[in-house]
Amino acid sequence: MSESISLAEICISASSKAWEGEGEILATGIGLIPRIAAGLAKLTHNPDLMMTDGETYLISSPAPMGKRDISHDQVEGYMSYSRVFENLWGGKRHAMVTPTQIDSLGQTNISAIGDYNSPKVQLLGVRGFPGNFINHKNSIFVPNHSVKTFVKDQVDMVSGMGYQNKELSNGKFEIKLVVTNLGVFDFNGANNNLQLLSLHPGVSVDEVIENTGFDLIISSDETTPLPTSEELSCIREVLDPHGMRNSIFGE
Amino acid sequence: MDKLVSYQDFVDQLSDGMTIGVGGWGARRKPMSLIREICKSEIKNLTVVSYGGPDVGLLCAHKKIKKLIFGFVSLDMIPLESHFRQARQKNEIEVMELDEGMVQWGLRAAAMNLPFLPTRVGLGTDVLTHNPELEYVSSPYSDAEKLIAMPALKLDVALIHVNKSDEKGNTQIVGPDPFFDELFARAASKTFVSSEEVVSTQELGGKDGAIFNRFERSLVTGVLHAPCGAHPTSCAPNYGFDMKHLKEYSEAAKSFDEYSSKYLNKTHQEYIDSVGGSEAILSIPLPQF
Repeated sequence: MSESISLAEICISASSKAWEGEGEILATGIGLIPRIAAGLAKLTHNPDLMMTDGETYLISSPAPMGKRDISHDQVEGYMSYSRVFENLWGGKRHAMVTPTQIDSLGQTNISAIGDYNSPKVQLLGVRGFPGNFINHKNSIFVPNHSVKTFVKDQVDMVSGMGYQNKELSNGKFEIKLVVTNLGVFDFNGANNNLQLLSLHPGVSVDEVIENTGFDLIISSDETTPLPTSEELSCIREVLDPHGMRNSIFGE
Repeated sequence: MDKLVSYQDFVDQLSDGMTIGVGGWGARRKPMSLIREICKSEIKNLTVVSYGGPDVGLLCAHKKIKKLIFGFVSLDMIPLESHFRQARQKNEIEVMELDEGMVQWGLRAAAMNLPFLPTRVGLGTDVLTHNPELEYVSSPYSDAEKLIAMPALKLDVALIHVNKSDEKGNTQIVGPDPFFDELFARAASKTFVSSEEVVSTQELGGKDGAIFNRFERSLVTGVLHAPCGAHPTSCAPNYGFDMKHLKEYSEAAKSFDEYSSKYLNKTHQEYIDSVGGSEAILSIPLPQF
């Protein structure tokens, strides 16, 4: 590879592991990096994943980012919003999402920041977060790991439930993987604390600690593996041929 | 049977304080000509149920909403809806914020004439904190699981935009996703439908067309002929969303008067002309996601 490997590509490769061993489920990556990552999972280690064209149809190969010739889409099924709801209530889905806030319990917020009655910043609303987190596994991608994202106290409007309420979900709740611009994490530390799994190249443990609003477990000194050459060619030639991924970190 | 009505007939059947459900999803297939007609009228204090887009934003900008029942408000490619944000940040509207699926469940309960439907969705979240009226129900079976009793969201009126209709209210939504429009129609006492085309029953296409008939005509109170009636939202397969217009609309949250004098308080035909004419709208390509 003559081109140097970018942070976006490292994050995509790391994020694709969210769907490892998940079997024949609906993979939903919301946002650029998660969507490319879901596609990468399907093209490499989990070809059984179901993915949509970004809208209403299930297609056999992941939809590349940006403009494409949709006549090449091999439609294999139907996934209207109503059917997405039915699917997710059954638990056969794994989504990767980007919450605005995450707390130490794994609770997430995409609704509003500040006082609920007159928010400082009104965001989207809770959308499908309450249903997603209680019904199926999720993973998280955070492009800007900071104390504003990983907040010290409880998130301002709990949209997705956290680990303290796990039993309410009939055992289905799990945040499998958290990938940020600094490293890879999960909530499998003692007492479901956030723990560091690996640091991206050039990132220090101190940087992670400083940018996380709550205590996390540092039990690893591993470096996030670089994408393989197979992964890089999938990302660069198939999934994101226009290089839209470069906009995420201004690369 | 002829259910064709004028915009005046339509607003004459609305009144202050009604609960109105709006079909479509975000910036997709919203009955915008009906929404603009409400904005022109004196009607106020509405409770609005919506998978929200510029329908909610425009009603917020005209101070028509007392209470919003919603899961999100978004313009799709422009994720945040500026007029809705402003109304929320200034505390101008009451809200019942729900998971998208809870909204569906509430409409379905109303559609089935049930007081509530049980769901696990919402447990462990601040949806419960901020909606203290939501009650629990326990499973009467051996599991005894404690669930939320999502109350029926009964609507006085549903507003829906469709691709085709005949005069009797046999409608067709031809775009690939009918969203939750059927449930809005079933949850409502009256449903008004704006349609891209009004055709004869024969022209609906017989059996091939009937699979696009998402709810039966007995639910339809009135039909309005509204070519390009979803603009600036999309109406697949006829046209995509008008991004240029949505940006202008979005930025108008700072000074609404200019937007309003350019585009609002007009007849539907005048509106279409003001945004470039139906030919230009029909040439907007469908979005690729």
